[in-house]
Amino acid sequence: MDVNIAHENTFEKISLREVYVNSLIEIAEKNDKVVAVDADLMLSLGMKPFIDKFPQRAINAGVQEANMIGVAAGLSLLGFVPYAHTFACFASRRVCDQIFISCSYAKLNVRIIGSDPGITATLNGGTHMTFEDIGIMRTIPNVTILEPTDSTMLRDLVSQTADLYGVFYMRLIRKVDVKKVYEDGSHFTIGKAVQLREGRDITIIATGYCVGDSIEAANQLEEKGISAKLLNIFTIKPIDREAIIAAAEETGAIITVENHNIINGLGSAVAEVLSECAPTWLERIGARDEFGEVGQIEYLKERYGLTPNKIVAAAERMLSNKKNRNNPKFDPRSHS
Amino acid sequence: MLSIEKKLELMNFATRIRIEALKAIGVVGFGHVGGTLSICEAVAVLYGVVMRVDPGNPGWKDRDYLVFSKGHTGPALYAALAIRGFFPMDDLKTMNTSGTHLPSHCDRTKTPGIDMSTGSLGQGGSCAAGIALGHKINQSKNRVYAVLGDGECDEGQVWEMALFANHHKLDNLMIFIDYNHQQIDGFTDQICDLGNLDEKFEAFGWYAQSVNGHNVEDIYDAVQKALIHKGNPSVIILNTIKGKGVSFWEANLFNHNISVTPELLKKALEELESQLKIN
Repeated sequence: MDVNIAHENTFEKISLREVYVNSLIEIAEKNDKVVAVDADLMLSLGMKPFIDKFPQRAINAGVQEANMIGVAAGLSLLGFVPYAHTFACFASRRVCDQIFISCSYAKLNVRIIGSDPGITATLNGGTHMTFEDIGIMRTIPNVTILEPTDSTMLRDLVSQTADLYGVFYMRLIRKVDVKKVYEDGSHFTIGKAVQLREGRDITIIATGYCVGDSIEAANQLEEKGISAKLLNIFTIKPIDREAIIAAAEETGAIITVENHNIINGLGSAVAEVLSECAPTWLERIGARDEFGEVGQIEYLKERYGLTPNKIVAAAERMLSNKKNRNNPKFDPRSHS
Repeated sequence: MLSIEKKLELMNFATRIRIEALKAIGVVGFGHVGGTLSICEAVAVLYGVVMRVDPGNPGWKDRDYLVFSKGHTGPALYAALAIRGFFPMDDLKTMNTSGTHLPSHCDRTKTPGIDMSTGSLGQGGSCAAGIALGHKINQSKNRVYAVLGDGECDEGQVWEMALFANHHKLDNLMIFIDYNHQQIDGFTDQICDLGNLDEKFEAFGWYAQSVNGHNVEDIYDAVQKALIHKGNPSVIILNTIKGKGVSFWEANLFNHNISVTPELLKKALEELESQLKIN
C-alpha cells in the first residue's frame, strides 16, 4: 500500500462513472480479454467511449440481469475478464443465486459492479436504494467486496481486479459528488484498511460515500479536544481484522459509518471481529433496518444519519459512556 | 447417416449409461432416476459421435463444451464420462458418498469432463450462451452444447437466454430440451403448461427441431442439420419418457427423485441388460 492522503477534502471534479469508464478503457487496452457486460444501463454508466472503442467487447444483454450474470460466468470460463454492471439493487438482490451458483460456487472469474448504492440512488428512490447489497454478498462464499472511496481508489481497484481471479462485488457511486480523499497515484492493498489519521480517544471506521464526512467529523472532534483515529475500510470482505483489533486496543471505542443497513454491512462485520477478538464499545451509523426513499442527497444524508454532526454526536456520547463505564450504577442502555 | 454398426453402438452406449447410472444411484439408494433415464440417448449421441473431447485431457482448449443445465441428472453424464474414460469406472461407486468427486448435481470444480457447475435450474443456458459468445469473439470453432429439462423451461432466465442467444446469432450453440412431460409435482401440462416448445423457440428466432429423444438416429440427424444451420442458435426438443428403459419406473408418474432399493435395482438392471443389442 502506498497512499497519499489529500490535504484538502474537496469535491471530485469529474463523476466517478467517468473515472470508472476511463479506467475500464485503460485495462481493456492492456488486456484484450477484458469485456464489459451490462443490462441496459450502459449509457446510464456513460459507457459510450468504451462501446465506440471496443464494440465487440461491450455486451449489452438488455433488461435481463440473471442472464447477464450467467453470460459473464460463461465468458470467464474461456478466460475473459468480465465486468458486469447494473444498479446495485439488481446486481445483488435480483441475481443473488446466479452469483452464488454460476459464479462463486463454480469458482469462476467475474467482477460485478453495483452502481448507485444506498442513498446515492437519490431520485430513483426506495426501490433502487440498496442498503442490503453488501449483506447479500457477505453471505456468498469467496466474494470479495470492495467499496471505493474516491476517483483515485476506484481507478486503482479497477486496475488491480483486472489481474486477479475470483468473484468481486464493487459498489460504484455513479453521479453523486464525492470528496477527493486520496492523491492521484495512490496504491491500495485489497483486504487492508487505510489509516487516514491517528487518534487516541475513539476510532471512526468508514467506508465509501461516508469517508469524506467522517474526515469532516474527525476535524470537528479535534476542535473539541477529542482525538479520533480514522480508518477507511474499503474491503468489506475479507475484512482487515488486525486493523480493527488494533483500533479497539488503542482507543477502546469504535464507530462505524456506512451507506448501508447496519445489519450485515460494515458495522456487523466490525462487530463480529470485536466480539470474537477484542470486545469493545461499538456504535454503528447507517440505515437501521429500513427502506430507502426518494430525495436529494443532502436530505437523504440527514434522513439516514450519515452526516458529520451525527458522527460527532455519537463520538461524544460514547466518550461520555467510556468515562462512566467503571461506575457500578451506569447503564449503557440509557445512553444510546 | 449413421451406419448400422454405429447406430447399434450408440443404442448400447445409451443402455450402458442407464445401467451404470442406476448402479451408481443404487450405492446410496436414492437419486434422480426419472430424468437420468430420459436423457441417455442424447448423451450417448453427444459423447459417442458428436462432441470433440479428449478423455485424457478434459481441459483441451479445442474441445466442444457441454453445459448440463439439468444438473440433477448428473448420473447420466457421469456414467458416459466414465465409459469414455474421463475417470475410472469404479469412481461411479462413490457417487453421492462423503468426499466424492461425483456429487448429485454437476460441479466443474470436482469432476473431470464437467464444464460447468449446475443445479439451480435456469442458469446453465445462460452460461452456455456466454461460452458460445466467447468463442465467437475469439473466432474459434468450438461448439457449445447444453441440456435443459422441460420443467426447467418454467424459469424466466431460460427465455432471457433465448432472446440473447438469437440476438447475438450464436449459431455455435445447440440446446437440447428433455421434454419428458413430467416435473416433480406432476405432468408439465398440469403444473405450468409449456405447450409447443419448438414453436416457442422458433418464435424467439431459433432453428428448432423436434425428435424422438430415444431414437439415436433421429437425434444424430437433427444434430447434423443443426450443425450446418447458420445465423441462429439451434434447439432440439427431445420427446422422451421419464424413467425410460425401466417399465415400472416409466409407469410411475412420481419418479423424479426416488428410492432405489437393492431389489428394485436388480429388477431394473435385468430389464436393461436384456435391451443390450448384440453387434
